[in-house]
Amino acid sequence: MNEISQAFGVAGAMILGFDSKLIEIVLLSVSVSLVAVVIASIIGLPLGAAMAVGRFPGRQALIVVLNALMGLPPVVVGLVVYLLLSRAGPLGQYGILFTPSAMVVAQTILIVPIVAALSRQVIEDAWQEYREQLRSLGAGSVTSALTLLWDARFSLVTIVLAGFGRAAAEVGAVMIVGGNIDGVTRVMTTAIALETSKGDLPLALGLGMVLLALILMLNAAAFWVKEAAQRRFG
Amino acid sequence: MLPLVLDAISFRAGGKAIIDRVSVEISTGPRTVILGPNGAGKSVLMRLCHGLFEPTSGTIVWQGSNGGHRRQAMVFQRPVMLRRSALANVIYGMRLAGITSRERELRARDVLEAVGLLHLSGRPARMLSGGEQQRVALARAWALNPEVLFLDEPTANLDPGASRDIENIIAQIHASGTKIIMTTHNLGQARRLADEILFLHQGRLVERAAVEPFFRQPESAEAASFIRDEIP
Repeated sequence: MNEISQAFGVAGAMILGFDSKLIEIVLLSVSVSLVAVVIASIIGLPLGAAMAVGRFPGRQALIVVLNALMGLPPVVVGLVVYLLLSRAGPLGQYGILFTPSAMVVAQTILIVPIVAALSRQVIEDAWQEYREQLRSLGAGSVTSALTLLWDARFSLVTIVLAGFGRAAAEVGAVMIVGGNIDGVTRVMTTAIALETSKGDLPLALGLGMVLLALILMLNAAAFWVKEAAQRRFG
Repeated sequence: MLPLVLDAISFRAGGKAIIDRVSVEISTGPRTVILGPNGAGKSVLMRLCHGLFEPTSGTIVWQGSNGGHRRQAMVFQRPVMLRRSALANVIYGMRLAGITSRERELRARDVLEAVGLLHLSGRPARMLSGGEQQRVALARAWALNPEVLFLDEPTANLDPGASRDIENIIAQIHASGTKIIMTTHNLGQARRLADEILFLHQGRLVERAAVEPFFRQPESAEAASFIRDEIP
C-alpha cells in the first residue's frame, strides 16, 4: 500500500514538474493520434455521408461490416499492419515499420470504421428530415451529402473526438507496429505497459493519470461543443 | 412551363392506391387549392406533381414551352431549416438554382423583407419560432422566383396569427405572378385563398370547381358531406 501511495506522489511530482521523459512520451502520443484522427476523418466522414445518402448495391452489407469493424481488436490491426509493412510485406519497401508513421497507419485503420459508422448514423437521421426539402431545391447526392456534413458538424465533432480517444487509449496496435522504442515510438499506453511490467510504477502511474485526464478533457470538450451548439443553433 | 397535365396517374404503396387514376390539367393563373380530408392523398398528389415521387402509372407532363423542371418550388408542412442563419437558408436555395452570388445576397434581403423577417436575417434559423421558420421557408422558395409554387398544408402546425401571416405572404407571392398550388383541409383557408378547388377523396379527384360555386353548391356527395361536417 505504502509503495503505491509513494508512487502516486512521485507521479504527481513528475507531472507538475514537467518531467522531460514524460512530456516527450505524451507529445508523441498526442501527435500520432492527432494525425491518425485527421486522416481517419478525411476518409471516414465522406464515407459515412456517402453511405447515408447514397443508394448503391452492397450498401447494407457495407454498413454491417463497418459497424462490426468498430469493435476491431487493436492487436489484430497491429498484426495486419505489421505484415503489410514488414520487410517481406507488400509495403515493406517504404521501411516505416517501427516508426511513428506505422503507428499512424495502424490507428487510422482502427478509427476509420468508428468515424464512418457513427457519422453514417448521425447523417442518415438528418437526411430523413432534410431529404424532400433538399431534393425539392434541386440538390443532387453529392450536394446533399456535403450539406448534411456541414449541418451535422457539431455531432460530428463529438464523433471525431471519440475516435481520437480510442486512438490515444489503444495499446495493442502501436505496440506491435511501433515496437515501443524509447524516444522513437514509445507512447503513453506502451510505456505504461512496459513500466508496469518493469515495476517502475511512478512513470506508469503518471502517464496513466495524464491519459485519464486527456480522455476526460476530450469528453468534456465534446459535451461542451454539442451543448453550446445546441443552444446557439438549435 | 404550365399547363401541368396529369393523365390517369396512380400511385400505389403497400398494395393500396393512394392516388387513383387522377387526370387533370392545371393551367397558369388562378390559385388552385387541393382540398380534402386527411388521408385523401393531397400531399402525395402534390409530391407527384413536384417530382418528388414517381407515379406508378400514368404520365405527368409540363406542356409549356420552357418545360424546365426547376422553375418550381415547394414549401412543406414542417419547414426544414438548415443549421445556419435565416439569410443563409434563403441563399442556399438560390445557390443550388445557379443564381450569381451578388444577386443572391440582394434578392435574399428583398424576400426576407417581404416576409417581414429582415431584422431576424442573422439569427440561426432553427432558433426561430414555427411561424417564423415557415416564413423563411416561403422566402427561400419565393427567392427562386418560381413559375409554380407548391404548398403542402403550410399552416397546419401554426397558430391563427402565424397562419394569417403565411396566408398574406401567399397572396403576395400570387400577386407577384407565381402560380399557387396548395393543399389544405381547412375550409376557411380554402375559401380565403382559393380561386379554384380540386376536391380529393380517397385518392380520387371527385370534383373540380371555382371556389364560390363549390362552397355554395358542391356537386359531389363527398364534397357536400365534407363541407357540412365543418365545425363552425
